Formats: sequence, C-alpha cells, structure tokens
Amino acid sequence: MIAPGRAKPKPTPETKHFWDGAKQGKLLLQRCGDTGKAYFPPRPFSPYTGTRNVSVFEASGKATLYSYVIHHRPVPGFTPPYAIAVVELEEGPRLMTNIVDCPQTPEALVLDMPLEVTFEAMDEEISLPFFRPAKGGK
Amino acid sequence: MLGRGEIAIVGAAETTQLGAIPGMSQIMLHADAALNAMADCGLKPKDIDGVACVGPMMPQQIAHYLGITPKWVDGTGVGGCSFMLHVRHAAAAIHAGYANTILITHGESGKSRINATPRPAEPESLNGQFEMPFGPFGPPTLFPIPVLRYMKTHGVTHEDLATVAVVQREWAAKNPRAMFRDPITVDDVLSSRMIAYPFRILQCCLVTDGGGALILTRSDRAKDFPTKPVYILGTGESVETTMVSQMEDFNYSRAFRVAGPTAIEAAGIDRKDVDHMMIYDAFAHLPLYGLEDLGFCKPGEAAGFIREGNTRPGGKLPLNTTGGGLSYTHTGMYGMFALQESVRQMRGTAPAQVPGAKVSVCHGVGGMFSASGTIVFSNERP
Repeated sequence: MIAPGRAKPKPTPETKHFWDGAKQGKLLLQRCGDTGKAYFPPRPFSPYTGTRNVSVFEASGKATLYSYVIHHRPVPGFTPPYAIAVVELEEGPRLMTNIVDCPQTPEALVLDMPLEVTFEAMDEEISLPFFRPAKGGK
Repeated sequence: MLGRGEIAIVGAAETTQLGAIPGMSQIMLHADAALNAMADCGLKPKDIDGVACVGPMMPQQIAHYLGITPKWVDGTGVGGCSFMLHVRHAAAAIHAGYANTILITHGESGKSRINATPRPAEPESLNGQFEMPFGPFGPPTLFPIPVLRYMKTHGVTHEDLATVAVVQREWAAKNPRAMFRDPITVDDVLSSRMIAYPFRILQCCLVTDGGGALILTRSDRAKDFPTKPVYILGTGESVETTMVSQMEDFNYSRAFRVAGPTAIEAAGIDRKDVDHMMIYDAFAHLPLYGLEDLGFCKPGEAAGFIREGNTRPGGKLPLNTTGGGLSYTHTGMYGMFALQESVRQMRGTAPAQVPGAKVSVCHGVGGMFSASGTIVFSNERP
C-alpha cells in the first residue's frame, strides 16, 4: 500500500475506465480510429483528428525513461530524495510516474533505460501506475 | 492588420519597492505600480479606458479599486507571460478602436502572501489525476522535468546550466534593485543546495513581492506624453499544455516556436537587428530554450552561445539585463518585469543600459511550459 499523504486522483466520466483498469493491474490507453495512433490522457475523442471513433486497449506496460527530476524537499506522502519521472510507453504516449525498485539517484536512473509498469494501491478506489527497471535489464 | 509601430507604450513603472513588501496586499501592489505608471506619463485614472490584468474577476477589482470606468477589459491568465498577451490584445483593441488608453497591471504578494491568489488542489483536473499523484510540488519540480532529456540530446552539461546563472548575476550586479547582486561562479552554483536534480537553488528563480504596470496608446498620440515612446513592432502568443508530461517534445517548447517567430515576422526584423533580449528565466534552462526556439541559435547551440560570452555585458546579444528571475526579482509572474526592462532599454534609462539599443525582443513563458508570449519593441517607429 502506498504511504498516505499523496494527492489522490478523482476520476471523471471521461477517465473512469483508466482508473478502473489500474485497479485491475491494467494500463489502458486509447486509440484514434482515424490514424490508429495511441493517445493519453484519456478522453472520448481523438486529439489527432477530433473523431469520436476511438477504442480502449491494454498497453504492453513496456516503457523507457524519457526524463525526470529528483526532488530533495519534503512533500506529504514522499520521502526525499524521490524522482518524478516521465516515461515513454512502447505505444508512443508519455506519462508522469514514479520509478520504483530502483535507487533514486542520477547513477541508477539512466535516460532511455527499459522499464515496465507495476501498480500499487492507494486505497480500494485508486491504484497508481508506477514503473520499475525491466526484468533482465537492458 | 495592426501596423508595425502603430501602438506604443507611453507609461511604465514597477512598484515603489521590490522584494519583501509586507506592508502591501496584492491588490495594492497592482495599484502602486499603476499609480507609478500613470505618474510616469502624466495620466489620471479618468484618462484610462481599458484595463488588463491576470485572472478571473480581477479586471473589475482593479478597475474599481483605481477608479477607472473601462470600455475594454482583458483578464487573460496563462501564467507569468500573461502580460505579453495583454500587450498583444491591448494593441489589437486600440487598433480596433475599442479603447484609446489601456492600463496593464501586475501585483503579486508572492513572498509575503498577503491576499495572494490561492492555488487549490484540483483532483479532478487532468493535472490532478495524472501528474499530482506522483509528487510534483510547485514549479521547481515541474518546470525542470524536460531538462535532462535536453541535456542528453545536445550534450549540454551541468556547467553549461550553471553558467546561465553566473552570467545573469553579472547583469544583476549592475542593477541596484536586483535582489542578488554579489558575483557567483560556476562552482558556487554547482555547490549550492540541491532543489530538484539537476537544478540547485541558484538555478531557480527568486520568490518576491512586487508589481508593474504599462500604459499603451496609439503612437500618433505619443507626442502628448512626456516619456519617450516605445513602439510595438510585432507580437506573438501560443499555448501548449498545462501538463509538462504531455509536451510535444522535451527538447523544445512548441508554444515558444509559435509565439516567438510570429512576433519576429510581424516585426519585419532580422534576428541580427536585435540589440537586447529578455527571455523569462524561471529556471536556468529557459534562456537556452528561448534562444533556440526563437531562432537565435540552432538547436543545441544556445549553451555554447552563452558560454562564449555573447549574452553577458559587452556581448553581442545582451540577455536578461536585470539579472532576470534568477537574480533580479520573481513574484510568481515575472513577465511584467521582463517587459519593464525592455521598455527601460528602449527608453535608454536602464541601470545596465545597452548603448544605442534600438530593438528589444521580450519573450515570456507561463504555467511551466504551457503558454508563451513575445513582444518586439523599438524606440524607432518604422
């Protein structure tokens, strides 16, 4: 269980499927019916063409480390220093996350390192997608 | 179409004090700057017929507080570059005949927090759902997130990013109103307290109280004022995303790439004609992004451009000549202070005056990388 104190997301009608998926350990993206391209964050239309013809699908969970900062000041729910990362999913979209099972140091957090998704529960309603170094390394 | 130089800034001033101003609430910081700007050009509140300031319900608060009856208002609030957008919108409004004399105000009790704008958590917003749970805590944790990617792409070093702060401190030393004026070295920067790796405290902006105000009118009226008119040659604006994680690319700002070139093209200038430049520097990477995205350096070359001394006193492109948000002042929305310095440089009244400067580019960023506005000024009417 995640330490208390973090900002807790409150799902909306347009994002509920994402958080329902996260609760079941699934990273759900959406795909544009016109271009076939994946997108994030969730919305019931394509940011590429405006079409409402979109579908939800489960992402592979594979990603690479795109960029990050390591915060050194106290924040409720976190023990500094901790990294706030942006990862690039295999399907294209990027998302903000934390990197777990990994020292929070510049030496351990190498850009473009392979990562995989893992979920941790905040409570019964919300689980957050985190990323950890991919098994088997590079 | 708005003509080049058709609109001018005739009044400009900052608050009487900058830094820690525990004796004024936020609305009085607006008013103090506005009264100073009106005094600068000999106007009274009854002479003003348009008001712009940041935020919902603010134009009515500012207009009423100052005793102004506007026939045009703008409450655009896109972060620290909102004032660049106000200048752009005001110039268009005067051109259209919606108002004759427009006052733009900024006041922010960023340090003392007296009647300061609250920043409520918004757990249903996209930022609240998809960024805030992962531990961002204010701009130092969000604004620098792209920089490691930029460094890797271009081979930019920690020393390069420290040099930005060192060079700007050289300018701050020449500005009596700058908060930090003592010289610093690259080693000083790289041994200062870590805030959010890769940035240390000397690569992060100040947090101050203060404000500023501008008064715009038609250039053909400018001779009626005691001040030297500063002409608006070109303007640009854009927005991208409030979610830093969702920027198109971490190596550049799409909003910069729209706003900056739009302004420069409208101004009809060559980049080599630019004598003075302000690039909103909330953090040390922003001057690099600005120089590249506005086309003053090729991608990846801005760090070398600064390292070689081009932006320091005596260099060919004097940049952030107050010391910027890193050393001069930063209330939370610094764009107004960048505009004030461009106006001073064009009037020839800046403490660190660039001799003979005729063209100034003033580039702002807002809400992390979410918004941008650019103004090109000159003291000569085309």
